[in-house]
Amino acid sequence: MQLTVWTYEGPPHVGAMRIATAMEGIHYVLHAPQGDTYADLLFTMIERRDKRPPVTYTTFEARDLGTDTAEIFKNAAREAYERFQPQAMLVGASCTAELIQDDPGGLAKALALPIPVVPLELPSYQRKENWGASETFYHLVRALAGPHAPAPGSERPPRDAGRRPRCNLLGPTALGFRHRDDVAEITRLLDRLGIDVAVTAPLGATPADIARLGEADFNVVLYPEIAQTAAGWLTRTFRQPATKTVPIGFGATIDFVKEVAEIAGVDPTAVLAGAPSRLPWYSRSVDSTYLTGKRVFIFGDATHVVAAARIADKELGFKVVGLGTYSREFARDVRAAAEHYGVEALITDDYLEVEEKVAELHPELVLGTQMERHIAKRLRVPCAVISAPVHVQDFPARYSPQMGFEGANVIFDTFVHPLMMGLEEHLLGMFRGDFEFHDEVQPSHLGHGAAPAQDPTQIKEAEVEKTEIVSVAQGVTWAAEAEQELRKIPFFVRGKARRNTERFAEERGLATITVETLYDAKAHFGR
Amino acid sequence: MNPAGVARVTTGCSEAPVLRERGQREVFCGLTGIIWLHRKIQDAFFLIVGSRTCAHLMQSAAGVMIFAEPRFATAVIEERDLAGMADANEELDRVVTQLLARRPEIKLLFLVGSCPSEVIKLDLSRAAGRLNEKFAPTTRILNYSGSGIETTFTQGEDACLAALVPEMPEAPAGAPASLLVVGSLADVVEDQFRRLFDDLGIGPVGFLPPRSSTELPAVGPNTRFLMAQPYLAETRRVLEKRGAQALQAPYPFGAEGTTAWLKAAADCFGVDESRFTAVTALGRERAKRALSHYQQQLAGKSIFFFPDSQLEIPLARFLSRELSMRIAEIGTPYLHRQNLAAELDLLPDGTVLSEGQDVDRQLDRARAARPDLTVCGLGLANPLEAEGLTTKWAIELVFTPIQGYEQAGDLAELFARPLNRAARLEV
Ligand code: SF4
Ligand code: SF4
Repeated sequence: MQLTVWTYEGPPHVGAMRIATAMEGIHYVLHAPQGDTYADLLFTMIERRDKRPPVTYTTFEARDLGTDTAEIFKNAAREAYERFQPQAMLVGASCTAELIQDDPGGLAKALALPIPVVPLELPSYQRKENWGASETFYHLVRALAGPHAPAPGSERPPRDAGRRPRCNLLGPTALGFRHRDDVAEITRLLDRLGIDVAVTAPLGATPADIARLGEADFNVVLYPEIAQTAAGWLTRTFRQPATKTVPIGFGATIDFVKEVAEIAGVDPTAVLAGAPSRLPWYSRSVDSTYLTGKRVFIFGDATHVVAAARIADKELGFKVVGLGTYSREFARDVRAAAEHYGVEALITDDYLEVEEKVAELHPELVLGTQMERHIAKRLRVPCAVISAPVHVQDFPARYSPQMGFEGANVIFDTFVHPLMMGLEEHLLGMFRGDFEFHDEVQPSHLGHGAAPAQDPTQIKEAEVEKTEIVSVAQGVTWAAEAEQELRKIPFFVRGKARRNTERFAEERGLATITVETLYDAKAHFGR
Repeated sequence: MNPAGVARVTTGCSEAPVLRERGQREVFCGLTGIIWLHRKIQDAFFLIVGSRTCAHLMQSAAGVMIFAEPRFATAVIEERDLAGMADANEELDRVVTQLLARRPEIKLLFLVGSCPSEVIKLDLSRAAGRLNEKFAPTTRILNYSGSGIETTFTQGEDACLAALVPEMPEAPAGAPASLLVVGSLADVVEDQFRRLFDDLGIGPVGFLPPRSSTELPAVGPNTRFLMAQPYLAETRRVLEKRGAQALQAPYPFGAEGTTAWLKAAADCFGVDESRFTAVTALGRERAKRALSHYQQQLAGKSIFFFPDSQLEIPLARFLSRELSMRIAEIGTPYLHRQNLAAELDLLPDGTVLSEGQDVDRQLDRARAARPDLTVCGLGLANPLEAEGLTTKWAIELVFTPIQGYEQAGDLAELFARPLNRAARLEV
C-alpha cells in the first residue's frame, strides 16, 4: 500500500477515457461502480467540455456481486450501442470490476455487435493514467489500422512526385496540457514546411481516421507518453518513420523542423530564416539580466520536464537545481537529462517527497504541475505550471500553445511572469526600508490572487517563518541584531540566506549567529 | 411530460409510488462525505483503504486542492496487497503507523472501506480492533464503508455517524430528557440552533457529529433526536437501538421547514405555544423577508432534480411551498420513506418522483421537460448548459450552510443565481 493524499495520475481507465473523449464516433463501456462516474467531471468541469464523455458505466452494486454483474455489463454494452450508434467500441474494467473478473472483452464479443470492439486490459493495481492512455491508443490503432497493413516485408510505395508529403500527428488527447493549441501550432508549422497533416489522433479523429493512419508518409509523435507505443507499431507495420524531437522550446523547435524536413525531404531554410520567435531577443534583452542563474526546480511529466529543463538552462540562463518526473515509464530519459544538468533525477509519484525536495533546495522558481503550485505556494516560492495534472485555469480561453515558435513565446512569458521583473527587482532592493515595502508586498504585476495576506493559512505560516528565524537551527541561535538584519534582506531570498547562514554557523560550530556571521556566510556562499 | 410508469404524488400521501430506475447512475460514492466530515470533526482523520481511483476521486471531487494538508488520505492497494491478505493487513498496519507518526495530533482515525477493499474482503473492523490495541487511547480507530457498491454520496456520512454511535457514552439511568441533533451542520448553523434551543428552554442539546471527537454526547432512553439531514437511515437505526427516539419533522429548510423542525422539539419538550411563537417570530420574519427578494424571480419557474444528495425532496418542498416553483421531477438516489414522511406529506399534488437512476433516460426526460432550472451533478452541468438548459450544481447544496432561518435567503439565492446569470448574459 502507498499512503497518498494527492496523486499525479489517475487510474489507467481514466487514461482510456482521455482517448475515447478526444475522439468522435467511439464509445467506451466501462464496468465500474457508481462512484467512478466522477471521472466525467474531469472533462466537463476541468476541461469545460460541452459534451459528456462517451462513456457508459455499468455502476454495479454490492447486491449484484456474484449474481448478475456480467449480465449488467452486457445490457449496458447493448444499450450503449443502440443509443449512441458508435463506429467502434472500447470495453474494459475499472479497479473494482477488475477484481470481480467478468471479462468485458469476452462478454462484448458474445454480443456480436456489428462494429469493431476493442477490449482493454489495464491493470489498475500496477499502472496509471498515462500508461492506460498509451495502451488504449495502441490497441485501438492495432485493431483499426491493422487490417490495412501491407504484407510483411513489402516496401512502402514511393510518394507521388506531385503530392506534398503527409504525416500524422499522434498523441494529443482530451484533458491534455495545451494539446488543442499545440496541434494548431504544429499543423501550421508543418504547412509552412510544405507538409500536410493526414490524420491527427486521437484528438478529433474518428475510428475511420484511425483505420487510414498507414496512408501517411511518416508520423509526428507529439507526446511520447501517449503515442510512442502506437508510433513504434506503425513504424514496424507500415514502415512509417516517426519523429523523436518534441518541439517544445526555441531550440527544440529548430531541431524538430530540421528532423521533419529531413524525413519529408523538404527545405527548412525559409521557415528557419528571420526571427521565428521572440524568445531569443527577449532573453538577450537587458531586462532579462536578472534571470541569470535563477535556481529552478522542475517536476512534471517526462516530456514537459525534459523540454523545460533545456529551455531553462539554454534559453533563459537559469540554473536547474532539481529535475524530476512521476512518469516512471520515462524515468530513463529524465535521468539522462538530469545528469546533463549535473543533478540527480527525482523519480516519484509521492508529492510529499517532491515537497521535501523543494524545501531542501529552496529554489527561486518552481516549474511543475498543480501539485507543485501548491507546494510552492506553501513554501512561498514563485511557480509556473508546465504539465498535467492540471486545473480549470490551465485550459485558458486564449491561444497558448507550448509547442513550436509561438509556444516558445508563451513559455518565455510563463516562466518569467512569476518572477520579479528586472527593474522591479532593483527597486524593491532600493526601497526595502520604505514602510510600504513590507514583507507582504507582491510584485505589482501579480494580481491580487497571488497576495498571500488574503489567505489566513498563509498568514499563519508567515508567522511560523518568523519564529523559525530564531528557533529552527539546532544548537544555533540568532542574535537579536542579526535577526533584525536578516529581516532587511528581501523576503524572496531571505529563506535561502537564513539556511545558508545556519549551515555556515553549524559547520563552524558557532552557537550564536551575529551580524558578522550573516555577512561572513554571505561572502562565503556568494550569489 | 409524464412518461408511463412515472407516479404522481397526491398531497397527504406518503405512500406514493415512485419510478424506480436501475441503469447507469451518475452520482458520487460515499467516500465523498469525507470532504465535509474532515472539516467538521476537527481532530479526526480519514484513511481510505482503496485504489488509485478512490484517491483520484477525492482530489477531483474536492475540486480545488486545498491549501493546507487535508485530514484525509488514501492507502492505495497495490498488486502485491492482492496477492495475500496477511500482507494486506501488514501493509495497512504499516501505513497507519506511518500516518500517525506524521500526524500525532489525530485523536480519531477512521479506516474507510472502498469497493476494492470490500471486494477483496479486507476486514477493516478487525483491523481497527487490532490497531486500537496499539494506538488507543491516544488515537481511537473506527471503521466504516464509503464504497460505491454500498453507498451513494451522502450515505457515507450516514455510515460514519453510525460508526460513532457505539462510541457515545451511555446517559446515566434516570437522566433528564436530552435533545440530540443528528447530521453535520456548518458551525455557524449549529450555533444558531443552539441559541434557539436555549431560548426555548430545551436542553441539554448535543450534536452528532461533534466538532471534536472527544465531545461525543451521551445517549440513552431519554434521548430524543432531531435529524438535520434526511440521509441518515442507518444512524437513526443504531440510535434507536440505544433507546433514543426520533422526532418526526420536516427538515430545516426555509421558514416553514425550520419552524416545523423546531416545533417538533418544542412539542416534545413541552414548550408552550406562546413561548415558541415568541422565540421563533424574529427568525421567521427575517427568513420571510429574505425570501421575498427571490419570490418574483423564482415563482412559476420549473425545476428538475437529478438525484444526488437525498436533499432533493426537502429542497423541492421548500421551493414549491415558499417560492412557488413548479416541480418537473424530483430524482433522489434513495428514498427513505420513514425519514421523509413529513416531507412527502407537504409535496404538491402530482409531483413526479423518481428513485435510483438511468441517467440517459432521465436526461431524455429533462430535455423533454425543458425545465427553467436543472439541479444536477458536476459531470452533467456543462453538457446541459451547452444544450441550453440552466443548471445548478447539486454539490453546492451540500457544501453551503443552507439550514435554518438565517440561511433561508442564501438557499433561495443559490437557485436564483443561475437564472439571474442566464438572464444577464448576451453571449
Ligand atoms: S466507487 Fe468504489 S472504487 Fe470508485 S472511488 Fe468510490 S469507493 Fe473507490
Ligand atoms: S399519491 Fe395518490 S395515487 Fe399515489 S399512492 Fe398516494 S393516494 Fe395513491
